[in-house]
Amino acid sequence: MRFAAALCVAALSVAGVIYFVTARNVAAAPEVPAAFNPNAVKAGATLANVGNCASCHTRPGGKTFAGGRALPTPFGTIYSTNITPDPDTGIGRWSADEFRRAMQEGVGRDGRQLYPAFPYDHYTRVTNDDVDAIYAYLMTREPVRNEPTQNRVLVARPLVGMWKALYFKPGPLAPDPSQDAQWNRGRYLVEGLGHCGACHTPRNGLGAEEPEHAFAGGVAEGWTAPALNAQSPAPRPWTVEQLTTYLSTGFDAEHGAAAGVMAPVTENLARVPNADVRAIAVYIASQMRGSRAERFAASSPPVAAATATVADDAIADASPAIDARDGAAIYATACAGCHERARRGIPLALSTTLTDVTPTNFIRITLDGIAPREGAKGGIMPAFRGALDDAQMVALVDYLRARVANASAWPNVEREVAKARVESTQEKS
Amino acid sequence: MITLKVNGTTHDIDADPATPLLYVLRNDLALNGAKYGCGLGQCGACTVQVDGQAVFSCITPILLVQNKNVRTLEGLGTLERPGALQQAFIDEQAAQCGFCIPGMIMRAQVLLEKNPAPTDDEIREHLNVNLCRCGTHMRILRAVHRAAKILAANGSSRS
Repeated sequence: MRFAAALCVAALSVAGVIYFVTARNVAAAPEVPAAFNPNAVKAGATLANVGNCASCHTRPGGKTFAGGRALPTPFGTIYSTNITPDPDTGIGRWSADEFRRAMQEGVGRDGRQLYPAFPYDHYTRVTNDDVDAIYAYLMTREPVRNEPTQNRVLVARPLVGMWKALYFKPGPLAPDPSQDAQWNRGRYLVEGLGHCGACHTPRNGLGAEEPEHAFAGGVAEGWTAPALNAQSPAPRPWTVEQLTTYLSTGFDAEHGAAAGVMAPVTENLARVPNADVRAIAVYIASQMRGSRAERFAASSPPVAAATATVADDAIADASPAIDARDGAAIYATACAGCHERARRGIPLALSTTLTDVTPTNFIRITLDGIAPREGAKGGIMPAFRGALDDAQMVALVDYLRARVANASAWPNVEREVAKARVESTQEKS
Repeated sequence: MITLKVNGTTHDIDADPATPLLYVLRNDLALNGAKYGCGLGQCGACTVQVDGQAVFSCITPILLVQNKNVRTLEGLGTLERPGALQQAFIDEQAAQCGFCIPGMIMRAQVLLEKNPAPTDDEIREHLNVNLCRCGTHMRILRAVHRAAKILAANGSSRS
């Protein structure tokens, strides 16, 4: 009898220990990798590519998703967080609910307000199922121990609460019944995970997107994000077909190569099913309806070769005296070799960089060229940083703006050139 | 006529202003250090210094470098008195076929003038633009480190 009682006590203790351990495990490591549905993990991988998560949450040369990439904002520098499942420095202790709250409400696991550099104003539109799939994907990645650098931000976190009260509109978007399923799918991806407006919509003084100017063009880490609405500066209208090609390969022959912070976006979209990229293209093309290029194309017959003869003009324009500060001569000698007569470079008359509201992108691409990331496919252009001095750069910009884009001169080209020269060097070091 | 300053000497060149700098260096001035690799600014074999910066001479028209200071491999030293980087590349036997080496040396020179003691990562990042198909990369890394030490011992980052 005493033996039976002892056995009973022992059994209860074991059960208690098991219960205690199990309860602790649930709190400490919310789900173990094996518990995730492989289909959810796979779907999450695709969705993470739509969301471009790796671009911000990976430091140059660092492990994927381990964070630490510096994101310059007008309010200071924010370092991206580690979203690998490392328990101490990553999201290893986060439950699915906590992850959902961060994505959809912008609140951290510890309850603090997250800075909207993390675009939860867009991610709030993402369905629970999709957020859970991304969670399943991230939690099954290799944990990486990496404590990112402390943010250097001028705004205290509690103030973000006030910012949210003013500008944050949580919750999903109701589908637009006047549009078809493909358009609505595109809108869901663009306005949600894709967070295209984060760069392509202008922000107000407090850093919130201006909904009344959706897709009117913005800035992104020192680059200009062109307008994607009727103000699109593209010299040729974008078709759905071309947008699909551009977004999934980083290049379209009538518009050029993705550069700067757009390049990794297209690298990620290359791994997204074509139907979703096409849906994004359908929605973006609908935003650009009525653009100047579209009106122009509608009013005049297509002229195939009209754009490809700048060089002859440039040679005629070039001053007879040999002048190394003459924009026409610089174009004719340094650029025309590739950018004329259907050689490798696209005709500059097709390039948005010369018709956009700032010369920033043109200057940055000319100084630093275009190079696909190590091992990735993409357009190439050599850097002219060492060959062109500031005065030559300004002369080239002014000449092409007037002659090729046929537009009024940009103000402050000198300052833009000086800024791009310094900023690009800093990024490289 | 276009006036070029190469390795401290002034030359008046009678050529089309669109002529690539590389052609003038090799064909007119007999400076054969810089090599023609791809002709597209994609391999770095033609790299020279212009006002202290690395430039692909194969895609740089002479118009752009008029009156600027051009420095080629020959400007770093002579057979009898090689410059620090040249000596270091010899000591480390960093060349196999050697075609890429003048470009490697000239781009490394730009790095050492800005950063006299670069780390492995900094050298890799900086020389990333230059291709070597023989695979002597590890020796090139060692050579750049060795040159940095030689220069530090000489107390100058200029060779």
